[in-house]
Amino acid sequence: MDSRRSSRAVIDPKVRQVGFFTSAPLPPDRTQSDPPDPIRSPPLADASSPGNSLSPVMIPPPRHPSDSLLRLPHSPSDAFPPPSPTTTTTSLGDFSDDVTAASSPPPAAARVRGRGSSVKQQGAASSFPGGGFEVPPSVKAPSSVPASGLTTVSVVKLPPGISVEVQSDRALNSKPLKEKTSKAERRAIQEAQRAAKAAAKAEGIKTPAVTALANAKSAKSTKPSPQRNDSAVVVAASEKKGGDRSVEKDRKKDVPHPRMQYDDKSRVQKLKKRSVVKPTEARNRVELFRHLPQYEHGTQLPVLQSKFFQLDTLHPAVYKVGLQYLSGDICGGNARCIAMLQAFQEAIRDYSTPPAKTLSRDLTAKISSYVSFLIDCRPLSVSMGNAIRFLKSQIAKIPISLSESEAKATLHSDIERFINEKIILADRVIVKHAVTKIRDGDVLLTYGSSSAVEMILQHAHELGKQFRVVIVDSRPKHEGKLLLRRLVRKGLSCTYTHINAISYIMHEVTRVFLGASSVLSNGTVYSRVGTACVAMVAYGFHIPVLVCCEAYKFHERVQLDSICSNELGDPDSISKVPGREDINHLDGWDKSENLQLLNLIYDATPSDYVSLIITDYGMIPPTSVPVIVREYGRGQLWIYEECDPLASPGRCSDAVFFVDGLIFYPSQHLVLSFWFPDRPPSGLNNDLLERSDNFVTVAENGNFTNFEL
Amino acid sequence: MVAHGRQCKIEGSQATARQTAELLRSVISQQRVPYTNQAGALIDAVKAVGEQLIAANPVELAVGNIVRRVLHIIREEDLSLTTAAIGELNLSAVSDDENDDDRDGNTTLSAAAVAAAARSTLRPPSLQTLLEDTPVSAAVPQTSSSGAADKSSRSRKLKHDVIEAVNELIQDIVTCHEQIAEQAVEHIHQNEVILTLGSSRTVSEFLFAAKEKKRSFRVFVAEGAPRYQGHLLAKELVARGLQTTLITDSAVFAMISRVNMVIVGAHAVMANGGVIAPVGMNLVALAAQKHAVPFVVLAGSHKLCPLYPHNPEVLLNELRSPSELLDFGEFSDCMDFGSGSGSPLLHVVNPAFDYVPPKLVSLFITDAGGHNPSYMYRLIADYYSADDLVVQRRAIAGN
Repeated sequence: MDSRRSSRAVIDPKVRQVGFFTSAPLPPDRTQSDPPDPIRSPPLADASSPGNSLSPVMIPPPRHPSDSLLRLPHSPSDAFPPPSPTTTTTSLGDFSDDVTAASSPPPAAARVRGRGSSVKQQGAASSFPGGGFEVPPSVKAPSSVPASGLTTVSVVKLPPGISVEVQSDRALNSKPLKEKTSKAERRAIQEAQRAAKAAAKAEGIKTPAVTALANAKSAKSTKPSPQRNDSAVVVAASEKKGGDRSVEKDRKKDVPHPRMQYDDKSRVQKLKKRSVVKPTEARNRVELFRHLPQYEHGTQLPVLQSKFFQLDTLHPAVYKVGLQYLSGDICGGNARCIAMLQAFQEAIRDYSTPPAKTLSRDLTAKISSYVSFLIDCRPLSVSMGNAIRFLKSQIAKIPISLSESEAKATLHSDIERFINEKIILADRVIVKHAVTKIRDGDVLLTYGSSSAVEMILQHAHELGKQFRVVIVDSRPKHEGKLLLRRLVRKGLSCTYTHINAISYIMHEVTRVFLGASSVLSNGTVYSRVGTACVAMVAYGFHIPVLVCCEAYKFHERVQLDSICSNELGDPDSISKVPGREDINHLDGWDKSENLQLLNLIYDATPSDYVSLIITDYGMIPPTSVPVIVREYGRGQLWIYEECDPLASPGRCSDAVFFVDGLIFYPSQHLVLSFWFPDRPPSGLNNDLLERSDNFVTVAENGNFTNFEL
Repeated sequence: MVAHGRQCKIEGSQATARQTAELLRSVISQQRVPYTNQAGALIDAVKAVGEQLIAANPVELAVGNIVRRVLHIIREEDLSLTTAAIGELNLSAVSDDENDDDRDGNTTLSAAAVAAAARSTLRPPSLQTLLEDTPVSAAVPQTSSSGAADKSSRSRKLKHDVIEAVNELIQDIVTCHEQIAEQAVEHIHQNEVILTLGSSRTVSEFLFAAKEKKRSFRVFVAEGAPRYQGHLLAKELVARGLQTTLITDSAVFAMISRVNMVIVGAHAVMANGGVIAPVGMNLVALAAQKHAVPFVVLAGSHKLCPLYPHNPEVLLNELRSPSELLDFGEFSDCMDFGSGSGSPLLHVVNPAFDYVPPKLVSLFITDAGGHNPSYMYRLIADYYSADDLVVQRRAIAGN
């Protein structure tokens, strides 16, 4: 304690202290805590600066932390822990972001990433002399094991993409060797050059920060000798380069696979052989949509049900979810995604690796077969695709050393985490943001039924805001009716109409809230069919259109129209109008060859019509979507450590403070904004605390400590 | 008829227009024509009936249009008769140079009045015409009183002519589809993709005509909730062997990028070129504009309304029963009537019409050919006389 205080005193008050503690013990040699002192060694500067440059934009330096090391104690590449990005919980107002590593290459120092920087932050950042993160001594919890090394952010930074790759490689025992050798070579060459330079500089200038840091580190973490420091830096640099390349490669890989085109006969044949569900092709296919699957609806369900006992490869939970998709019992991007993940959770729980196979490979294959079954039932939504991608990368990352039960537990908690953070928590953040856009007297229009919008409306109602809701609905699903029912039950004043009347009703509307199935990286909002119409009319009336979409639904694909990729629903539901027996002109329509019924499920709203996209990363214009996709899209934020996110929320021992005012819990993969002194953190419930301007208060075993910024 | 109109029994503006014309024809034929001022009497009679009809269903603009057309016909027939009569009189005056001054003065006066009247009808409506029209109507009785000899024959002739002309009008209304459809081949080429919304007889005839001329094209039909007339149209088109795809209204935006032309019917065409059309049309028009797809409106001339719309979305609209959207009682379980503050939580809006502003319309095709929206006002001047609009407006306001 003493040492902490004193060290604080030493530090220039203006300097924000950022500490990083890894809670788990690390082998001492692995942790290099070096003061990120840009001045000292150029490479370092390079390295630390990204963090710095990031901060103005409030994106916590993605590449730091690393605890993933912990998980891979045996991993050779040592000092560079795979970047484990973290999660995100956003703070109010200016969105805060999470640390995600994403597949971005190490940013050039100058590069500003992210969006929406707070000016204040910027100021703070710039006032930072060293720009490095220092260890705030006071944060060090007594409980933290002395051995736990401090890893300074700057040193550790690794482009996440890389780390992921490396990890997975390791798991698969594939090409890591090559990577390593090249690294080693470069390391050797550079070391010589840099060592001299860095050493000279280090001697010349010692910033207060450095001293402070040194103090802070005190006895436990031995201050690394310049030599060591240098080498670390060098390694970092070389790693970075390697990373660059691999990221490059990664990028290439990132280009989304071309989708299955159903007018490609040979591929369709192949697919059919594999698929469990044998759909019969629809007879009156819409010419324009030959590239999409057009099968008879309503026939698969009984067939599948009868096949239940033959499908021994399929886990019952997956089977059940598939049937629910097929029958339409589960719909909506989030609901489908959650149902799928939970089914996979169960499947993984019951999974056991067959002899002579590795878990990661076999399980991946298993999951793939489940996925293709689900695709047979209903084409995947983008959200599900992203979730599957996440799950597969998680599986690939499991070290071989892990026992099966451990691995399964890890995956289980990973999935849990995905659901909690990317969906549930994200929705709450979106609600927080969106509610600020609702004023008293507003007339809010929404289309169809979006879970996020529904939550927003209900929350705003609970806050006592006076507003009216216009629910626009369309055939054939009439999802708006369900929403209407739920909202009216809650006591909201609603107006219900159909989509054709949109121009009539738009006169009285002041805001349009829309949900989305996905947001593509050209800003196109891919959503329930009709959304584009609503947005277009709203645009024509100069009414703001706010799209609410969780960031996990973002996708790097681009799309200009609604035809190239879409999903076709059951055409029969168009020919019949429920409750209107008088409209039966099209009974027996499938007998006539010239008539096709087209039941589109989605459409693409051009980004011009969208004023704002509300995501868990904050409120962004549609042009910023690619930034989110790029920074947070891949290899996301997952820290793998056995730690229940809900447990011991007040624990600060492993908190990391970022310049932008976030507190980062590596162990809980949480990013908290500043706490108010009077509102002690109590876990996930409090993750959305407002920031205070000048203080950060940290609860430490029940005691609160203020840090001046 | 009035009762029918009130109950909205007659569907479609064409049927309404025809029936209105037939009704007015019978009114005219039953009207006992006084010896003096037959035209005035007819006009008054027609106006009286017309006012009732219009008041019965102010949204059905076709009724007002036909009433105005008939009024216009009466005026024109009267005018042409008078001109003819004056011609005779002038002839006699010329041949009989030794007439009384009295008579001579009378003739010249009436000739001048006829000239003025002729000018007023033949010229486009202008402020001057409007100002002049009082002296004209004052002058007309004078002329008609002048020729005492052929009064009875002329009155019979006027009535006869008017009925003839109204018959022609009815004929026009009946055949307007064919006349519009004749132009189809000029607008639809091979492999065209056409989108339409709801169902309109004009549109289906138009498409059939093109099909009969061996053009092959495909049609996207938006179903047009909440009336779902699109289903009917799709069925008809398929029966004629056209490639038809029925889509939901919400898919209009998605599909319009693959469409070459939007062809729709209208409920009424306003003088500014705006269109009152079945609900959902504005959506289609906006989408068409976004994708630079021509938006073509087919309208018989009986749909041309000489009024300029003001706030047409509301004033010229009609809210239909919510039962088309929600089943009655569907939400009774979640409505709390007991403790409510009086205003129900749930409103259902189901308008019948949409207003498409002229800037979204690329072309009007009427039975008189194709026209720009900006030309509509001029077309209207051909069919209506300026003083009728004013009168009719007053009548509406009075009601």
